[in-house]
Amino acid sequence: MTQDAYNESNTDLLNIELQLLMEAIYLRYGYDFRNYSKTHIKRRVLHHLGINMLSSITQLQDRILRDRAVFNGLLDDLSINVTEMFRDPEFYKSLREKIIPKLRTYAYFKIWQAGCSTGEEVYSIAILLKEEGLLDRCQVYATDFNRKVLEIAKEGVYQKSEIEQFERNYELSGGKNKLSDYYKSRYGSVIFNRELSNKIVFADHNLVTDKVFADVNLILCRNVLIYFEKSLQENVIGLFYDSLVPSGILCLGTKESIKFSRYEHLFDVVDEKQKIYKKKIM
Amino acid sequence: MYKAIVMGASYGGLEALKIILPQFPAGFPVPVIVVLHIGDHDNEIFLGYMNEMCPLQVKEAESNEPIRKGFIYFAPPNYHLLIEADFTFSLTTDEKHNYSRPSIDVLFESAAWAYTKNLIGVVLTGANSDGALGLKTIKDYGGMTMIQSPCSALSPAMPGAALKIAHPEFSLKLEGIADKLIELVNSDR
Ligand SMILES: C[S@@+](CC[C@H](N)C(=O)[O-])C[C@H]1O[C@@H](n2cnc3c(N)ncnc32)[C@H](O)[C@@H]1O
Repeated sequence: MTQDAYNESNTDLLNIELQLLMEAIYLRYGYDFRNYSKTHIKRRVLHHLGINMLSSITQLQDRILRDRAVFNGLLDDLSINVTEMFRDPEFYKSLREKIIPKLRTYAYFKIWQAGCSTGEEVYSIAILLKEEGLLDRCQVYATDFNRKVLEIAKEGVYQKSEIEQFERNYELSGGKNKLSDYYKSRYGSVIFNRELSNKIVFADHNLVTDKVFADVNLILCRNVLIYFEKSLQENVIGLFYDSLVPSGILCLGTKESIKFSRYEHLFDVVDEKQKIYKKKIM
Repeated sequence: MYKAIVMGASYGGLEALKIILPQFPAGFPVPVIVVLHIGDHDNEIFLGYMNEMCPLQVKEAESNEPIRKGFIYFAPPNYHLLIEADFTFSLTTDEKHNYSRPSIDVLFESAAWAYTKNLIGVVLTGANSDGALGLKTIKDYGGMTMIQSPCSALSPAMPGAALKIAHPEFSLKLEGIADKLIELVNSDR
């Protein structure tokens, strides 16, 4: 766990080196982790030192500044890409019941899924839209700041071993068919139908440093804000507010909320438990 | 002066916590933070029940929430619970650790970083080895460490691993744990 180079006697040193590393990364590569949860960053960086047999953060910083590939390695460790299809089935149920009828009233609409990771969530959304007969009426943008996961998301290829869990979630979420209707098996993996991915534009976008998307009807950003400090969470909720059309919908992760943020009164609550909000018409 | 108690429990932990937590009196001067392995299940009903039973307020820990005395906090199912240096909670969905999320090690390590010597860590019954390394970290940072004695635990593996790795100061029967914690917290005030 705790890296040998750092222990109870030099906690201050560790914190100083961490702060310097975040500055260095920002100045060199433009990725801004300065307002991510400090403890989370500390754990991940110590973990990274451990598996790469580096003796100090300063040593890691030296290599990161000179070698993009080393930075990309750390980026993978800092961006937690854990995800699954139809994660939190109750959320998808609520989406189907409460939001789909609203979307149906639009002739054409835009969805932005921020922090898409390896794509499981956005394929889930595409399947839901397909089952509701709305896939042809929309454009879906799926973004992440880690290019490596975006490549995986574009492929839409997943391990067969994970599918069982995905099937279970799909059923619990109120899926109308069989999940296997949407993919083909191939050796040890499954590949999701092109019909789904054709509707999705995958793009590199950093929630901390990049700009708004225009006139989006539905934003999903789940399990990303939990990694941010409060001030940064506020900024990103502001970015979502500015990207949404009036009456546009914002969906956050089950443990994320707009409560206590300065945007709280600018949204109506659609589903308190599933963290679904609607931008007020001002 | 102790500023917080962290507790980890797995198999058999529900029963153990039902005995320990209601013994903390109203006005207990430190927060109690608990990781209980219960799989993916919603723990709303359980928390409601515990809240009824306990003089302290029982609730799920929320992201960014300031940690306050008078509360017993539980990690939400399927998230790791971390303590920040400014004594607020943060949550992550990192990989499972010891096949567990929430993981006791993850909570204990971050708690040791934040509270250093002002912390008491307790490992209760469980069938794995989560919490052992975390308890050692607490000890390394000068905190007080305690386990439920393996022979008195429904499942001895977890306190047993903690005993081996962390050499805790106290190994107590379930019935004696709350009393000892109350004594420790009050004695240095
Ligand atoms: C835990 S995953 C969540 C995946 C999916 N939304 C879900 O809930 O299952 C978090 C994702 O957020 C991405 N992320 C973290 N910080 C980001 C940022 N500043 N901008 C864009 N994406 C970010 C990570 O790369 C990672 O893929």
